[in-house]
Amino acid sequence: MNNAEVIVIGAGIVGAACADALSERGLRVAVIEQDIAGGGATAAGMGHLVVMDDNAAELALSAYSLSLWKDLVGDRPQRHEYSGCGTIWVAADEEEMEAALVKAQTLCGHGLLCEVLTPAALYAREPQLRAGLAGGLLVRGDGLVYPPKTTRILLDRAMRRGAITKRAQVTAIEDHAVVLGDGTRHQAQHIVLAAGVRSSVLLPELPIQAKKGHLAITDRYPGFVKHQLVELGYIKSAHAASGDSVAFNLQPRPTGQILIGSSRQFDTIDPAVEPAMLQRMLRHAASFTPQLKELNVLRTWTGFRAATPDGLPLIGPSSARRGLWLATGHEGLGITTSLATAQLLAGQIQKEKTRIPYVPYLPGRFHG
Amino acid sequence: MDDGKITLCINAQSISVEPGVTVAAAIAMAGSGVTRRSVSGATRAPLCGMGICQECRVMINGRPHQLSCQTLCADGMHVVTAGEVQP
Amino acid sequence: MKYADIVVVGAGPAGLAAAHAAAAQGAHVAIIDDNPLAGGQIWRGGPDLQADQRAPQLWQALRSAAHVEFMPQTRVMYAPLPGHLLLQTPDASITLHYKKLILATGARERLLPFPGWTLPGVTGAGGLQALSKGGYPLEGKRIVVAGSGPLLLAAAATLQGKGAQIVAIIEQAATPALARFALGLMATPSKIAQALRLMTQLGGVPYLRNSYVHSAHGDGTLQSIQVQRGTERDQETLQCDYLACGYGLLPNLELAQALGCATTMHNGQMTVQVDAWQRTTLADVYCAGEGTGVGGVDLALAEGHIAGLAAAGHPDQASEAFTSRASWQKFAARLARAFALRPELRTLAGDDTIVCRCEDVCHGDLRTHTSWRSAKLQTRCGMGPCQGRICGGATEILYGWRPDAVRMPISPTRISSIID
Repeated sequence: MNNAEVIVIGAGIVGAACADALSERGLRVAVIEQDIAGGGATAAGMGHLVVMDDNAAELALSAYSLSLWKDLVGDRPQRHEYSGCGTIWVAADEEEMEAALVKAQTLCGHGLLCEVLTPAALYAREPQLRAGLAGGLLVRGDGLVYPPKTTRILLDRAMRRGAITKRAQVTAIEDHAVVLGDGTRHQAQHIVLAAGVRSSVLLPELPIQAKKGHLAITDRYPGFVKHQLVELGYIKSAHAASGDSVAFNLQPRPTGQILIGSSRQFDTIDPAVEPAMLQRMLRHAASFTPQLKELNVLRTWTGFRAATPDGLPLIGPSSARRGLWLATGHEGLGITTSLATAQLLAGQIQKEKTRIPYVPYLPGRFHG
Repeated sequence: MDDGKITLCINAQSISVEPGVTVAAAIAMAGSGVTRRSVSGATRAPLCGMGICQECRVMINGRPHQLSCQTLCADGMHVVTAGEVQP
Repeated sequence: MKYADIVVVGAGPAGLAAAHAAAAQGAHVAIIDDNPLAGGQIWRGGPDLQADQRAPQLWQALRSAAHVEFMPQTRVMYAPLPGHLLLQTPDASITLHYKKLILATGARERLLPFPGWTLPGVTGAGGLQALSKGGYPLEGKRIVVAGSGPLLLAAAATLQGKGAQIVAIIEQAATPALARFALGLMATPSKIAQALRLMTQLGGVPYLRNSYVHSAHGDGTLQSIQVQRGTERDQETLQCDYLACGYGLLPNLELAQALGCATTMHNGQMTVQVDAWQRTTLADVYCAGEGTGVGGVDLALAEGHIAGLAAAGHPDQASEAFTSRASWQKFAARLARAFALRPELRTLAGDDTIVCRCEDVCHGDLRTHTSWRSAKLQTRCGMGPCQGRICGGATEILYGWRPDAVRMPISPTRISSIID
């Protein structure tokens, strides 16, 4: 580690992508991870690759990142367990259908393929959906991956370029340096903090809040649903400032298992599965796909999203320490935007022109 | 039926067994004992005999993933195994 | 929602003894078991059918007791609230509320991978015994019983009683270890009698010590096995229709761990930690039988009796059984020492031998990982329907990993059971 030019803290998908992007630019990189690479939120989430358009900056970042994903997955999708299943945004009522039409316009304006679905078209594609829905929006370019595999692939790529990885706990960040649990101090020109919710342990002043989410996975029921299904009402829950909420979010894994989400809770860091929350989430999911009740759940678990006040990640320099950069705060879009995050971060470190503007994601937006 | 035996269907085959016989046993009586296919398509049969290994899973009366080693045969039961189905 | 003063999970010897002791003190008891009949593994097929008179005696006493309910084909999914269990039957779900809980969930076999072990026809040793008690057709079939432990003899005797031809019994323990164990039986006369009975019944069946199964072969189904004799250089081929192979027993800890009970190492195995009255570290939760350490039917009965009395509020009466329990615990320790697994068993799997049967993950994919969690994340090992119960026993021996505790639900649960 002694001649590393960049130390990346955290080997989740964001840290791994940063290590990959920085090593590709010829920098000597060291990645420090206290647990297992890709073992945190990276492993807990759904691995949904989705374009989100709640605001222009989110759309730009997720669309750019999805194009990077297409390149990364390339012609070997099995390595990432990639599935180009697309997303269907489900509209429960006319108001949500209006939102679907607006979304369609926005995405098409951005050059992204999508198709408005009448109720008949919706049920033709997804017969498990309950009767009485208003329709939906199919976004073809969306997909899913198994993020721990991609994380490993990115880290291995970085390591082939000379990056090193170290299993250790960082206990403090100093100007151009990190202090480890064994008391040793390691210097580098650049330190990149990509530790998700654990970033707040090292920098308590970060504008990051943990949002707990529950997930459940079923046994194999191939063909139960064919696209990732998300309710348009999801937007209401995802950006609530407080309170517990659930939203309909169903994903067909390539194994034939159904991954069920989603839920959001503030004010708890207890990773235990809460039976009442699980029940609420599953009840809500079954209200959209009634036959879900007949399926067996094999496992349930939780994860913690690192959420910022405006729902956009922190990508750029931190004023807290000299040489410190942030690549964290991705909330529910970490997998999707990991690759673009790495490009924007590496671009800023190397003072390159970036493909999209990085200003909206600068950490400095929260100061003063 | 009137001799106290239980009649059920294993795939297309009708079979009669004594009360107290498990579906796993009936499957072995009816043929090769194969219950499921592994994720790579290999045939599998019961392993642990006590509802833990999940190798004995079959479809019973339209419901998939039932543990045949812990299910007693019942009159009119319809059992489908993966033994005869090509992956 | 139902209520019982005392809920006993598991209707094997420990659970039935606990239920009986508690019911005799006037407690309302519910006994839950995932099998269609009571008896657990050692009394599988129903307590009334067992030669061991203690089984029908216990069962008759329980059936005639008021305030004892037996709930067969019932599995615990998880605890939705403290003092509550969500249960699932084939067609319904129930929430059960209790004051005291006694866990008597028994043990399962340790199954180790070797080339060909996934062929139809290869089962556990206790596994084939259990299948035969459910009517599995074995008359006239050629069966090799292999692995380790006194269970092999009991299984072989049962199978022979069903009309099977036992080709050989193959025990991996070496002769000196077995001889020491046999000498140790002097301290437990009832076990000597049992051993003599078994030996008489099995007279003529080759008992190959210091030997183990190297591989299983067949075209789509088992046809033969290769046996490695410890003393020989070459392997021996045995033709057979079934290979019933198990390497000892492992406590079923899932429910105890899911509830939050502490575990501890005992005789080299992870077990539920209990005090002298079979109390776990969780208030109002007891554990008896193989869960506190594999030790056979006599230890299970003693522990169940103590747990039942203690849970029913009579710990002083419970202490009368302490001496009996202590001597059976010594027997259990001798058992563990005698049948310790030899190192060669770690080397049987080839790179293309499946280790995780649910997800078809091979030894070659696993052996480069340094922990259960890392392997699970990258290979899916342990993510299938058995949630690591089978491969966990194997990976501990092969790689020294300690699997994570099973997450809720502890068994596959219909979503309707959770939301209705």
